[in-house]
Amino acid sequence: MFRKTLKVFVSAVLCLFASSGLAVEEDSAEWLSIVKEAQHQTVYFNAWGGEIRTNRYLEWLAGEVESRFGIHLQHVKLADTAQAVSRILAEKQAGNLNNGSVDMLWANGENFAALKQNNLLYGPWAESLPNFLLLDADQYPEMREDFTVPVEGYASPWLRAQLVFYYDSEYTQQPPGSMRKLLAWVKANPGEFIYPKPPDFLGTTFLKQAVLELSDDRALLYQPVSASHFEQATATLWEFLDELHPWLLRRGRYFPVSGAQLRRLVLDREIALAFSFNPHEVALGIASGELPTSSRSYVLDGGTISNVSFVSIAFNSPNKAAATVVANFLLSPVAQLRAQDSAYLGSMTVLSLNKLNKADRQKFLALELGSAAPRVEQLNRKLQEPHPSWMAAIEQAWLQRYITN
Amino acid sequence: MAAEVYNKLTMLRWASPVMLLLLAIPVGIGLLMVLLPAFGFMPAIGGYEFTLAHWRDLFGVPGIVRSILLSLLAGIVTPAIALAVVFLFMASASATGLDRWVRRFVSPLLAIPHAAAAFGLVFMIAPAGLLARLISPDLTGWDRPADLLIVNDSYGLAMIAGLVIKEIPFLLLVAITVLPQLNPAQRVSMARSLGYGPSVAWLKMVAPGLYPLMRLPLVAVIAFASANVDVALILGPTLPPTLSVRLLGWFGDPDLSMRFMAAAAALLQLGVSLLAVVSWLLGEKMVSKFYRLWVRSGNRLGGDSAIFFLGRTLLPAALVVIGGSMLALFLSSFSLSWRFPHALPASWTVQHWVDAIPGMGTPVFNTLIIAAVSTTIALVLVVGSLEFEQRSDRKQSSAMWLLYLPLLMPQVVFLFGMVVFAEFFYWQPNLWLVIFGHLLFVVPYVFLVLSEAYRRLDPHWSQLAAALGASPSKTFWRIRIPLLLAPALSAMAMGIAISASIFLPTQLLGAGRIATVTTEAIALASGGSRSTIATWALLQSLLPMLGFLVALFVPKILWRNRIGMQEG
Amino acid sequence: MGVREHILELQDVCITLNRQAIVEINRTIKAGEVLTVMGPSGSGKTSLLAYIAGFLGSAFQASGRIVIDGKDVSELPAEQRKAGLLFQDPMLFPHLSVGENLRFGIPQGDTNKQELVMCSLQEIGLAGYADRDPGTLSGGQAARVALMRLLLSRPRVVLLDEPFSKLDATLRSEIRLQVFERLRKAGLPTILVTHDAADAVAANGQVFQI
Ligand SMILES: Nc1ncnc2c1ncn2[C@@H]1O[C@H](COP(=O)(O)OP(=O)(O)O)[C@@H](O)[C@H]1O
Ligand SMILES: [Mg+2]
Repeated sequence: MFRKTLKVFVSAVLCLFASSGLAVEEDSAEWLSIVKEAQHQTVYFNAWGGEIRTNRYLEWLAGEVESRFGIHLQHVKLADTAQAVSRILAEKQAGNLNNGSVDMLWANGENFAALKQNNLLYGPWAESLPNFLLLDADQYPEMREDFTVPVEGYASPWLRAQLVFYYDSEYTQQPPGSMRKLLAWVKANPGEFIYPKPPDFLGTTFLKQAVLELSDDRALLYQPVSASHFEQATATLWEFLDELHPWLLRRGRYFPVSGAQLRRLVLDREIALAFSFNPHEVALGIASGELPTSSRSYVLDGGTISNVSFVSIAFNSPNKAAATVVANFLLSPVAQLRAQDSAYLGSMTVLSLNKLNKADRQKFLALELGSAAPRVEQLNRKLQEPHPSWMAAIEQAWLQRYITN
Repeated sequence: MAAEVYNKLTMLRWASPVMLLLLAIPVGIGLLMVLLPAFGFMPAIGGYEFTLAHWRDLFGVPGIVRSILLSLLAGIVTPAIALAVVFLFMASASATGLDRWVRRFVSPLLAIPHAAAAFGLVFMIAPAGLLARLISPDLTGWDRPADLLIVNDSYGLAMIAGLVIKEIPFLLLVAITVLPQLNPAQRVSMARSLGYGPSVAWLKMVAPGLYPLMRLPLVAVIAFASANVDVALILGPTLPPTLSVRLLGWFGDPDLSMRFMAAAAALLQLGVSLLAVVSWLLGEKMVSKFYRLWVRSGNRLGGDSAIFFLGRTLLPAALVVIGGSMLALFLSSFSLSWRFPHALPASWTVQHWVDAIPGMGTPVFNTLIIAAVSTTIALVLVVGSLEFEQRSDRKQSSAMWLLYLPLLMPQVVFLFGMVVFAEFFYWQPNLWLVIFGHLLFVVPYVFLVLSEAYRRLDPHWSQLAAALGASPSKTFWRIRIPLLLAPALSAMAMGIAISASIFLPTQLLGAGRIATVTTEAIALASGGSRSTIATWALLQSLLPMLGFLVALFVPKILWRNRIGMQEG
Repeated sequence: MGVREHILELQDVCITLNRQAIVEINRTIKAGEVLTVMGPSGSGKTSLLAYIAGFLGSAFQASGRIVIDGKDVSELPAEQRKAGLLFQDPMLFPHLSVGENLRFGIPQGDTNKQELVMCSLQEIGLAGYADRDPGTLSGGQAARVALMRLLLSRPRVVLLDEPFSKLDATLRSEIRLQVFERLRKAGLPTILVTHDAADAVAANGQVFQI
């Protein structure tokens, strides 16, 4: 009886909390009651499990939230985030509205868009987190947008990503600084470049980067796509690709299907130039033996696509309080520092250093990037993602054009 | 006394209906869950109307015809080559040491997961593979790998090669399991006394009897080859890939409206697999006509030496390739830096293993529990239904075909339906649900390996035992089980290998919460580190390998003093 | 081992296959008597034995009664009919030792199984063979073990399906002699199926021609 009342009370608080839309204080009664409710809950965190570093980081996270909040966190290792999306969908189909098996998930842009559009997410809650203030979202609008889709508090930022190119300095010293230069470079070095086939995430990112650079009217790409705009904005892209393909590895008759395969191709000396969505990729790859020690990375002269990855909570999670607490902890300086540290996760923080206290800021500044990483000023050259409707349209057109019966 | 016997029979009577329902119901429900969306009905994402639009979309997808043809081709060519290689080997094999060795060690090779074997194969034959490294740069002058489309070729040849080397051990195991029932030695020596060459004699006298016993396993191979994902992803063409790979992509597309077309594609895949099976059965009729002509021709020596040569080279070559692939994985799992053209890693590390070991406890435990329980249940059901068939002297019911439904249907399809079904009853994802999901795949394979041996056991043994006054259960435990111990252990090992290797049922029905060695391996494989993949692929092979070794050596040790129990 | 006299009656037995009667028989076989059944291959000799023993295939229909010692056993399961069988091959269970093969047939209640096995091995000249692998026996030895195994199971009737046809000529008459003598001694009504006229002569009893 008592438990039931407590539950009703807490869900009322959660509701209040979720709808306030304003970050609450860490020691406010509201937040404390959520933390209390979170105690002894189990959070199933569905996140890509393809990398030992990420898995290790989440193990550390589990230990931290256990000792700090009494939350039992379990990493559900996904090979593909769509698995979790399918799961939530199946639960909704079967009418399981409040005892879902996915509590929290690390959802990429497309997955996030699908979840949000189909009302499979809980929220809004993210902007009420105490640590939301550390993001300085007013200064950095990308904290509120995922692929230009407004997040509206349905997901909380976790890590930052940016497209970086890398090359084997044993083979070449002058990697191309733009898409146009890339074409010339590949003609001079046939078979030394390839990109993953769409709909692979990294492959489509390459296409988006190309269209952003090559299109005459970049503004069009930030609006929803329409048939006439599509022609206009992508004509140069197709010209570019048609010219590029015969010079690719295997003359464009084969495409890898993931960024991981690009790393293997570089290691095997099949190609000398590749790209990734993690600025630390090269440093990490060298350390783990996945990339040659001669790899170096850089950002294109005109900047590259950058985005933020988010965590969300499923609409039917029975452990929303604990998931909220975990999401908030992910944004704490402790967790973010470890995430940025290439000795651990080796990603990029989403926190705004200006919002941190001096001691914390010093710790971030003290982190070494290593000689293989792009320089910090390069990483400041960021391009926003085009509107997501472009992604699907370009993918479709690519398949039409380059796959034949 | 009579009543007791009757009761036992009624208990057994339930085994096969239970088994069939267990398999058919979830698959049927899963199918329904695909049928509806394929025609536009899926309220959860706003599909309320019957429409054919999704089929039009599907056939409008670029390259769809080619994808279909690739799947079909793989489904027919793979079993044909694998069967030919196995038959040629058996025709040329004699009781020599090498052959005994091959027969003995072929079954543990089944323990290697398809993905691992495919990955190993890439690392053997790719332009930057081990073979090229062995001769580079000294012989070839390549200091960078040649730009050749060897794997992922447009016709799916590399993919078919990968499938063939994995199916050869399976077909060989099945053939070896049922062969003793045919008295091959007697048949061959009879033919040889009539002047036939030994290999020709085998092909003319033994093969026609053996083939019908292998028909069902072949159907399983056809279904697998035409619908497989793992091997196609790693070795198959990319522009476009096979239907199965595209289908999986559409099911995993974040754009949920793709689910409609994915459902239509799933039905199409089912149709393609069925078409492959039907084409095979038709082809079989034609081939058997010519084969019979050849058998009757009376030709005694023609081609004997050629058959002998092919038999002695092809299958061992396939085994060498698998062995080489495993070696490549092994080296890779200890390599820190291993660039082309080095034939060996430039620096070594145990880090990949050190990384793997601390987290292994739970996955290994889960893998063992799931494999043990599902295989035990499967064995009880399969033996129960076979024993009932024997005791009631009933012919195999045609309903037994239902057993193979889970193998014929694209997994992703009915598993998703099963998740919805389980959720519908508020069955939380748990170990039992996962075990149940495994049963769908373990039962057919256990049945596949055991049924022929069980049915072909000379009925005189049981009659004799009964005449000596032994009750049916005494006959079962003291005579049938020991006589069938070797095939039963093979079937169990097969069941364990299947259970240990399946990914989707574990992942979907367990909501990812039940971690097994395979789910860990596949999650890590998506990160693509070659050494990590290699390490986990080897770990993945280890457990089932133990099962096969037990199946191999327990009968050998147990029957070491029994000449009549030694395989022919 | 006190000899009990047994009697086998086949009353209006008729076996049909595809609605065609293939065997019709109506005979009484007394203790120690041998009925020899002869007929061309495929005429239904084995089927007759199978019907008596209790495992006629479902392709066949059969009517009539099998009465052993005055009791109708037609509906009993095979293991309760106590009809001992010998086939062309001795069919010693290959996974059991010679001793275990003999032991297999000894009825449950017997307490002195070990002793029985030893004695019977001695009786057939195979003393010390208890632990032998049956696969290592000669044809004649195996045939004797098979016969002994049958006798130890204390059958009430014995059915022989061409049991001597695989033995070579010298062995054949020797084994034949032994078998008939023992069956007679044991007072067992016997049906012998054979092609060989010499078998019939040696059996020295009624002959039934299909
Ligand atoms: N299981 C069966 N189903 C159908 N017909 C059978 C079966 N077994 C035997 N037959 C047929 O029944 C007939 C009698 O067979 P059998 O009793 O074995 O003959 P015999 O022992 O006299 O050679 C034969 O024509 C044989 O082909
Ligand atoms: Mg006969």
